[in-house]
Amino acid sequence: MMAGRRDRAKSLVTGPEPGPETSTDASGPRRSSLLEVSDLRIQFSTDDGVVKAVDGVSFTVDRGRTLGIVGESGSGKSVTSLGIMGLHSGGNARISGKIWLDGEELVDASPTRVRQLRGSKMAMIFQDPLSALHPYYTVGYQIAEAYLIHNKVGKKAARAHAIEMLERVGIPNPQARVDDYPHQFSGGMRQRTMIAMALSCDPELLIADEPTTALDVTVQAQILDLISELQEEFHSAVIIITHDLGVVAELADDIMVMYAGKMAEYGTSEDIFNRPGHPYAWGLLGSMPRLDQARTDRLIPIPGTPPSLINVPSGCPFHPRCSYAATTNGRCVSEVPLPRSVGLDHEVACHLSIDEQRQNWADLVAQAAPAASHGEDT
Amino acid sequence: MIAFLIRRLLATIVLLIVVSAITFGIFFLLPRLAGQTTYGLATQYVGRNPTPATIHQIEQQLGLNAPVIEQYGRFLRAIVFGEHYRSGPVVAYCPPPCFGYSFKSELPVWPQMVSDMPVTASLAIGAAALWLIGGVAVGILSALRRGSIWDRLSMGVALAGVSLPPFFTGLIALELFSYKWSIFPNVQYVGITQNPLLWAKNLVLPWTVLAFLYAALYARLTRSGMLETMTEDYIRTARAKGLPERTVIIRHALRAVLTPIITIFGMDLGLLLGGAILIEYTFSLHGLGLFTIEAINNQDLPEILGVTMLAAFFIVFANLIVDILYSVADPRVRT
Amino acid sequence: MQVTQPDPARVSSTALMSVSGLTKHFPVTRGVIFQRRVGLVRSVDDVSFDVARGETLGIVGESGCGKTTTARMLVRLIEPTAGQIMFDGRDITHLRAGAMRPLRREVQMIFQDPYSSLNPRHTVGAIVGAPFRLQKVKTEKGTKQSVQELLELVGLSPEHYNRYPHEFSGGQRQRIGIARTLALRPKLIVADEPVSALDVSIQAQVINLLADLQAELGLTYVIIAHDLSVIRHVCDEVAVMYLGNLVERARRADLYERPRHPYTVALLSAVPRPEPLQRTQDGRRDRRERIRLTGDVPSPLNPPSACRFHTRCWKAQEVCRTVPPPLAELAPGHYVACHFPENTPAPS
Ligand SMILES: Nc1ncnc2c1ncn2[C@@H]1O[C@H](COP(=O)(O)OP(=O)(O)OP(=O)(O)O)[C@@H](O)[C@H]1O
Ligand SMILES: Nc1ncnc2c1ncn2[C@@H]1O[C@H](COP(=O)(O)OP(=O)(O)O)[C@@H](O)[C@H]1O
Ligand code: SF4
Ligand code: SF4
Ligand SMILES: [Mg+2]
Ligand SMILES: [Mg+2]
Repeated sequence: MMAGRRDRAKSLVTGPEPGPETSTDASGPRRSSLLEVSDLRIQFSTDDGVVKAVDGVSFTVDRGRTLGIVGESGSGKSVTSLGIMGLHSGGNARISGKIWLDGEELVDASPTRVRQLRGSKMAMIFQDPLSALHPYYTVGYQIAEAYLIHNKVGKKAARAHAIEMLERVGIPNPQARVDDYPHQFSGGMRQRTMIAMALSCDPELLIADEPTTALDVTVQAQILDLISELQEEFHSAVIIITHDLGVVAELADDIMVMYAGKMAEYGTSEDIFNRPGHPYAWGLLGSMPRLDQARTDRLIPIPGTPPSLINVPSGCPFHPRCSYAATTNGRCVSEVPLPRSVGLDHEVACHLSIDEQRQNWADLVAQAAPAASHGEDT
Repeated sequence: MIAFLIRRLLATIVLLIVVSAITFGIFFLLPRLAGQTTYGLATQYVGRNPTPATIHQIEQQLGLNAPVIEQYGRFLRAIVFGEHYRSGPVVAYCPPPCFGYSFKSELPVWPQMVSDMPVTASLAIGAAALWLIGGVAVGILSALRRGSIWDRLSMGVALAGVSLPPFFTGLIALELFSYKWSIFPNVQYVGITQNPLLWAKNLVLPWTVLAFLYAALYARLTRSGMLETMTEDYIRTARAKGLPERTVIIRHALRAVLTPIITIFGMDLGLLLGGAILIEYTFSLHGLGLFTIEAINNQDLPEILGVTMLAAFFIVFANLIVDILYSVADPRVRT
Repeated sequence: MQVTQPDPARVSSTALMSVSGLTKHFPVTRGVIFQRRVGLVRSVDDVSFDVARGETLGIVGESGCGKTTTARMLVRLIEPTAGQIMFDGRDITHLRAGAMRPLRREVQMIFQDPYSSLNPRHTVGAIVGAPFRLQKVKTEKGTKQSVQELLELVGLSPEHYNRYPHEFSGGQRQRIGIARTLALRPKLIVADEPVSALDVSIQAQVINLLADLQAELGLTYVIIAHDLSVIRHVCDEVAVMYLGNLVERARRADLYERPRHPYTVALLSAVPRPEPLQRTQDGRRDRRERIRLTGDVPSPLNPPSACRFHTRCWKAQEVCRTVPPPLAELAPGHYVACHFPENTPAPS
């Protein structure tokens, strides 16, 4: 399991390389990873200009493991996942780079082939389960439809399978509920239905795009548990996309932090929470009120707002909001920082040196600590 | 569902009564409010050379000077149970639904309407089928090939269809296809039971002209509905399942697009009389449309009243059908 | 610290607003012409709390538990079915529109959605200056300058005066909304989910802004949120609602350290913690001990009997289905409506 992670593509690594060197050639897939995305770029041409929604993102996911993608809204998380699924069908999208799913390249594959893989080998669940389910068809029909298209079975068998899937995802009394319409289900049950639909063909890759954002916190906990249990059962690879660091923490082994269509930092969950190296990651952690830590009097927000993806700032896209941008002799404004390895499987796209990153993070932690002791409670 | 049906049916009956009251009010009450006397009204029922005596007699016979409520009651009763009219020594029975006798021809109104109905019905049903299928098909293709030559061309034609009055397009069609090229010479109504082929052939031009008006509207509606639906989350879900694009469009998108269109279709069908009037006039087909025009020209109150009630009935009935269809199509309305 | 009392007869001098027995039921009707009442949505049922001057009361709960309805009653946007609202010593429960006018200055509301709560056709200046015009208030320096000062106060630039809402990001729009509520120097601000539509980094900006304004202007807040960590950060006193009922109310530290109502315990337990995931030896996720509620919140149309939480509560007994638990003060200032509260030593 660990070996798979070490095998991550290192094609963009420019800094010191602590781990054993693997292939730096990005032209071929590595066997061990189920999904490998390399230098993915997705652009949309709009009336206002070209939107660079995803701009050179690379990552891998292994079977049985979970990658979390976090970032603010508009940072390109959904576009990345829809790109993997081949769902940018509108004429205005341009995709380049490579996506290997189990050794098969998808960006240049025929649309028919990608369609066959969709729903069978890779599946996706979406943010708002009410609008993602068709209002005019029963939940049973919608699950069975996914199963029928990829398997040579009859309607009866598909329906039986739908009932079984509903049972698997914890819908009570599935025989009776299979003929209900989505509006007759509660929010949590609808998301369970989406999960049942996504898992009906036993996919190897499951992408969950903000699966709990529309749900209440107690229901969110149930759905996160369910995804986790089913992943262990099906041994699939999971990508969970969210803006909530708490949610990724619940599920993810590895985390990719995205900012303005680019990868800012990639690492294990431990790396990101305990020794983050990117100023944007520090900002995210600092601006979040946390129940698991003593209450601080003030949050440390990131100043400013995320940039438009049509006019991405030069150099490091984060530089207008970064309080360390002044310390790099203008490199942040002029030069795009490439992802650099700062530890085993830990990459940071920032011009600060590893020592500066460690020092700054240590300072931030120290700053937060005395404030906490002033805090009157918890 | 049953409860829903019963509720809807009851509401329909209530609505019909309201409509009849309004219609009655307009045609019986308004003239009086405008200062017309019952004597003046009765004058219209008497043929040429009325004498005051005969007019008074008619006034009595028709109960024109009875209280309004009583008259309305009699009007309703006549529709439901029929009515006996005394005209001198003879008692004429007007069977239900009785809308009285025409001023002009002195024939009962209802049988005339019945005899004119097949023309209008043929016109309406044929044209409706044509515009529904044609409009929706053009709309879907335009939406799927958004921005293409086809899209722009068909939407341009659709704009013309919506804005050109049908008697104008009708006259052009007659001029070209009937007189100039003689493809459909002398358009006239032939009963479907007499000669189905000739029936259809003769109606091709009127159908097309009438359908053109509506098809244009439906094409635009379908196109915009389709464009909107294709961006819905559930369409993305359908694609994410790996369904072929054809299935996504037909089973997922079209299903959602058609539901509101069916509703509008039902309403349009009910309102079709308006369109039919123009077409029948243009092509000189003697259906309910021409019947209406003649009734208005002759100020033939019973005929106008009859045709108004009939139209109202169709509209209300179409509404009922639409509601039922809608509840079948959209499960969310059922509960 | 001051212990607040639910009893309106004993309103403490520090309570700016005092609510008792607040109730809102919405009749559900069918039919257009013949309206029949087919049910009653019990959105808010018998809710009592005090809001101390200069403090922040948080109301937290899941979707549909009646938070927004409560907020709208507090600012008198909707008429309560029953109960009493005292503001600054006056009973404002049934004030008529005319008598409400001065009150509208003192009590203001911030809405959840920074996108739909601003009129897209009005400039920022017109939006923020609207309260002056509506209330016919003359400012010493003229409306424009006052508005520009307000914009600066909430961290926007005075040059934004002539721009339109669509030119601003979500966080900036929420600032515009806050500026508008501050125009008439209110005493109390009721904020319904003021940050839940915003990104984390922007959310922190707005939270800090609210804290600064409170310190600077001595404001009193009622803040509604579904996010327990946000509530802990901003509130002094917290009220937990479930299905129209107030189930627990306490000082912040008491509530988060010793939650007593089973629902509060479960709610706190369900919040995902941003701590890195641990795996056990066999590669499975190491699940911390968690309380997991089953099912969803029932419908407020015909809610469960007595204790409304009994359908999901792991401690439920027969008595929970038959006897409504009263809101009792289990510790000083800590009110809980439960027959078998948690974190409470057994009565000796
Ligand atoms: N005008 C209304 N008519 C009928 N029911 C209503 C009305 N307004 C609110 N309700 C119902 O009252 C209950 C409480 O609503 P409220 O908006 O206060 O919830 P909330 O706690 O703010 O939830 P959320 O977190 O989703 O905003 C809900 O079940 C809602 O459907
Ligand atoms: N079809 C499209 N056409 C143009 N721009 C798009 C399209 N889809 C997404 N975008 C833009 O791409 C950027 C990234 O979007 P998205 O991946 O959805 O963000 P998020 O990280 O919130 O999921 C946004 O600026 C969005 O407006
Ligand atoms: S590269 Fe520069 S601007 Fe970008 S995050 Fe690092 S220090 Fe900040
Ligand atoms: S009263 Fe009973 S059901 Fe309600 S919360 Fe307490 S223990 Fe649970
Ligand atoms: Mg997204
Ligand atoms: Mg609300």
